[in-house]
Amino acid sequence: MTTQTTPSGTVLLAVGTSKGLFLATSTDRKSWDFTGPHVPMNGVYAVAVDTRADHPRVIVGAASSHWGPGVAVSDDLGASWHEPDSAPIEFPEDTGASLEQVWQLAPGPADEPDVVYAGVQPSALFRSADGGRSFELVRGLWDHPHRPEWTPGFGGMAIHTVLPHPDDRDRMLVAMSTGGVYRTTDGGASWQASNTGIRVKFAPEEYPEFGQCVHKVARHPDRPDQFFAQNHHGVYRSDDGGSTWQSIADGLPSDFGFAMITHPHRPGVIYNFPIKADEYRIAPDAKCRVYRSEDAGETWTALTDGLPQEGFYPTVLRDAMCVDDADVPGVYVGTRSGEVYGSADEGDHWQQIAAHLPDVLCVRAAVVG
Amino acid sequence: MPVTVRIPGVLRADAGGAAHLDLDLPPDVPLRAALDALATDHPRLARRLRDERGTLRRYVNVYVNGEECRVLAGLDTPLPAGAEVQVLPSVAGG
Repeated sequence: MTTQTTPSGTVLLAVGTSKGLFLATSTDRKSWDFTGPHVPMNGVYAVAVDTRADHPRVIVGAASSHWGPGVAVSDDLGASWHEPDSAPIEFPEDTGASLEQVWQLAPGPADEPDVVYAGVQPSALFRSADGGRSFELVRGLWDHPHRPEWTPGFGGMAIHTVLPHPDDRDRMLVAMSTGGVYRTTDGGASWQASNTGIRVKFAPEEYPEFGQCVHKVARHPDRPDQFFAQNHHGVYRSDDGGSTWQSIADGLPSDFGFAMITHPHRPGVIYNFPIKADEYRIAPDAKCRVYRSEDAGETWTALTDGLPQEGFYPTVLRDAMCVDDADVPGVYVGTRSGEVYGSADEGDHWQQIAAHLPDVLCVRAAVVG
Repeated sequence: MPVTVRIPGVLRADAGGAAHLDLDLPPDVPLRAALDALATDHPRLARRLRDERGTLRRYVNVYVNGEECRVLAGLDTPLPAGAEVQVLPSVAGG
């Protein structure tokens, strides 16, 4: 098994790009060994490194512009991949829909190691009970009366955020652009729009019930009712399970951006990558700056040591920033110009760990050894 | 009736390594029937070509005796006995 031969403390970094998946391993998070591209010539918008079972599993959502979307699984850190004969994700016939792309693969609760959720385009949620080999449509969300009014943003109409509650199997939060945040408290049978306080800048009604362009939502499992959201302009926190949202954008150079992540161990510590504006999608002042808040968004600090501070023009997409789960966690950022930057000390110091990759669509990392 | 489906190199792993697949179909069936038949033994190959609604993927071209099916009758294009069906990726991507 992989776990028997993987050195202790090994971190796996999965980098999804527009032309395949790259996997990197490191024991010191300074020197990395890359393999790939896996699933070459597929756009990889979603990857999960699932460490709940006795061996790490990499689950990848891959979409070929020619041959369509799929989901593949590796139980040996990418040495081999398994894609079932029957399509892992398929819309039932009565929906009239067909899968365009997988945008999110989210492992379920720790005590259900075979449960994996997939957020897809067109906007729908699927659930797997066999570790990502086959999925079933969550009907309650698909049948939501709001669904015909959800409208696609530039990236498409997709569920890009899936946050199962860490303890309560009946509760979950999902988000999409452009549709907003929805929650269930009955295991997915019914869903409620949860966007109170999130402002819309692209429609006459500033605070509609739904239709917000939420770019990403994050949560720390130890504070299951506290959420952080990067919106299409607007950065927000909810302290009541998503019922209401308050701005935490003060202290950031811009309230636009895509990525939002939480520290794996310290609740209230969050990371954001601001972009200047929806009409000017470049990092403010052309500087690569990750912003960290250690007080749930009340104050922010720019992290710059080791990151390019002039002439930096690529963007960082919604899933292209992540943390690992080491005792002192690493933080990783991938850019649309094919660079990956990593920090082994919670973001204080950075180094470039990859360059010249295809544009980076997503990153995920975890301790696997 | 015999029909031969030619598989592009990039998809042969999903066709058991075959460069072509020889089908035995009932007479007077359309192209759709050939793709349906592929799904029986090679389901991964079949879903590379069509989505779950049976729609031919946008950048997949399927030729029937040298004519791209979209300029004929699409998936309703009749297959003559001995037809050669060729699958090719269209020019796309960057």
